[in-house]
Amino acid sequence: MTPTLRGRIESRLFLIGTIGVIWTAWISAVLPRPAMASMGRIYGITFRALAFMAVAGIAWELIYHGLQQFRWNKDWPSLFGLLTAVNEGLVTWLALHALNVMPGTSGWSSPLRNMFLIFFLTTWLAIWLFMQGPLRVVVLRWRFEGGRIRL
Amino acid sequence: MLVDDPQVSRRHLALEPRSGGLFVIDLGSANGTILNGNRITEARLQTGDQVVLGESRLRFGGPEPTGEAEAARPEPVRSAPSTVALTAPGSAPPAPPAPPGVLAPPEGGAVRSTIALHPREAIYEQVEPGPAGGGDLTAELLAECTWTDELVNQAGIPIVDCPLVTVGGGLGSFALVDFLRIAGVPAGQIRVLSLLEWPHQTYQYLAEASQIRGDDRLRSDSMSRIDNIWGFPSYALEEAMRGRTLAPLWRVLTEPVLSEYYNPKAADMYSGVEREARRIGWPSMLVAGQVRVVRPRSGGGYFVVLTPPPGDGPTKRIAYRARFVHVAVGYPSLRFLPDLQQYRATYNDFYRVVNAYEQHGHVYEALDRSPGTVVVRGAGIVASRILERLAEGRERGSQTQVIHLLRRKVDGPTGGPFFRRPGGDGFAYQPFTYAKAAGSGQLRQRALRLEGQERADYLRSIGGTTTSKRKLWQDQLAKGRAEGWYRLQIGEVQEVGPAPDGQSVLTKVKTGDGSTVDIDADFIIDATGLEGDIRDHRLLSDLLDCAGAGTNASGRIDVDQHFEVRGTQSGDGRLFASGSVAAGGYLPPADSFWGVEHAALEICDELARLGFCRHVGTVRSIRQWWRWMRGVPI
Repeated sequence: MTPTLRGRIESRLFLIGTIGVIWTAWISAVLPRPAMASMGRIYGITFRALAFMAVAGIAWELIYHGLQQFRWNKDWPSLFGLLTAVNEGLVTWLALHALNVMPGTSGWSSPLRNMFLIFFLTTWLAIWLFMQGPLRVVVLRWRFEGGRIRL
Repeated sequence: MLVDDPQVSRRHLALEPRSGGLFVIDLGSANGTILNGNRITEARLQTGDQVVLGESRLRFGGPEPTGEAEAARPEPVRSAPSTVALTAPGSAPPAPPAPPGVLAPPEGGAVRSTIALHPREAIYEQVEPGPAGGGDLTAELLAECTWTDELVNQAGIPIVDCPLVTVGGGLGSFALVDFLRIAGVPAGQIRVLSLLEWPHQTYQYLAEASQIRGDDRLRSDSMSRIDNIWGFPSYALEEAMRGRTLAPLWRVLTEPVLSEYYNPKAADMYSGVEREARRIGWPSMLVAGQVRVVRPRSGGGYFVVLTPPPGDGPTKRIAYRARFVHVAVGYPSLRFLPDLQQYRATYNDFYRVVNAYEQHGHVYEALDRSPGTVVVRGAGIVASRILERLAEGRERGSQTQVIHLLRRKVDGPTGGPFFRRPGGDGFAYQPFTYAKAAGSGQLRQRALRLEGQERADYLRSIGGTTTSKRKLWQDQLAKGRAEGWYRLQIGEVQEVGPAPDGQSVLTKVKTGDGSTVDIDADFIIDATGLEGDIRDHRLLSDLLDCAGAGTNASGRIDVDQHFEVRGTQSGDGRLFASGSVAAGGYLPPADSFWGVEHAALEICDELARLGFCRHVGTVRSIRQWWRWMRGVPI
């Protein structure tokens, strides 16, 4: 299955809105929480991070799509979709600071670092795994329509 | 007519006098019917034509049949001996031993051409002959494009009502029926009209002839599972679980950058199709026979006229009255390169000059026994597989010299920076028949926006003759070049004829610099895989003449985005086509596992819009998938 640009964006938004939301709602309750942060604050951070992944994701998809234009098959390995967690995670972390979602913490030594890492990587993995198979069952037309969500 | 020859199928071919003359029709025989050197499914006979079946030859020497309509003088095959002479089998060229081809009759050795071969598990319609007429097509019916119920009744052809009929019974029919059954259509509302027992039979026959055995891998991807409409679990996942190895998964996750594209094993595809066919009750929908014509019905829908195997019913034909008809009959015919066809027709040599798609194991056996030279023509995936087979022979000690003869040399990547296809050593490389994104990605979106010649040109630019860049093949040919037993020859073939001593074939080739080179070879294998014109196929030809169908700029049946054949609506009835027949349309790889599945989904969705079946939404999809996983029949 090779996605179209529109299919990439639709897939991302759909998966963040379903798997992403469900997973975030659950894991936010069990994430390692520093004493300074209340449960409510953790939920505030994780859901804002998720929203950022969706919005910034549109820009990311444009970049990925552009890079693949140089390839005859307009395609790259599924594994790359997992590895993009590195760049997207980094940018999300920086953006959350820049947007003042995590005031009073800064940089790599932030007490929220482990919480964020676990949240981001597991959410990413859950979405990626779902896209590798189960999504094709839930949205039968997904693979034929280049990643578009047509129920 | 009886032919006592083990290579002749029980029901091998039919000769049929029709308004246009005498026609020869291959009835899905194992070893094929060769007309003047060309493997055909059906063709019109002309004086002097030679038909070869197994080791036997029929020469058509009589006067041209009269222009009478077929039905005016319905003649069974055995009454036409005046026009056909049988040459003694002994004088035929040495032919390959009977292969274990899947189309071969099941009982093996003692095969006779007198017993009807048809699917063992097919159903038989309980029909009564009509009140009048002989139950055959009449001149009136043939002349009339749109039929009324009365017209069919008058001819005495029994009518069977069935809402949906699929013609072909191969993978294209199977994909559609699988979707429909999952969408909740009862088996009783579907009929599959076919001479095949299992959907993968023709595919497997062609694969085995072109040296792809069960353990070899097909040029298809992991997700294009023809036996699972979800493509999940994929072939790779299943192979990984079965073999308790992560290797196939690693391939799928890293293809095509860190590893080659994963391809499924042929045997896994066959067994999967057979399992799914049983699960959806395929045998209970299958009716044995050859479809003669599909004609629009006055008042809506169509008549599909089936010729059941002789002795299966009281009449020669049965007419299915269907609202929906799906045509997926596969390749209209396979052709030889014109110069090779000329050679086979002139010298009757079916031993030294062979097609990769016909049984030609004798070539490898002879080359394994004694040193020889073989010319391979074509640079597609089949040529690659043939070269692999020859290289395997070398590894086992044969002294074969291989000359790879091509018209043009691809000696590097082609196209601009955004449209660059890898190539080299004579081959253009891409993992599948079309660039990957032509299946669902942006290249398919582009095809959707193009019409006419523009689309045909575009499809050629992302398709054409290509092969996979498999490491095994690269290594084998590099070794062949280094050791001097594999050589590329570029040029235009001027003529192919027997060598003066009569012991080999001589190919005269005009090279780029204008000089002529003679290639003396023991064998020539045509691996170009040329496909015939749809006019070669009687049913398709009739659709063009009578049902309102047209052709697209690629010469195939013109279909819309939903694989409905344009111009053929008949009242509330619809006619669909998929697979090879519908190539050149909006979905570039129409003739692939992916393509027939995609077509099946489009047709199924269209049928749901027309109220024939339920729309497969998320809930149904998940429930049905769970049934599939547990192997629960539907």
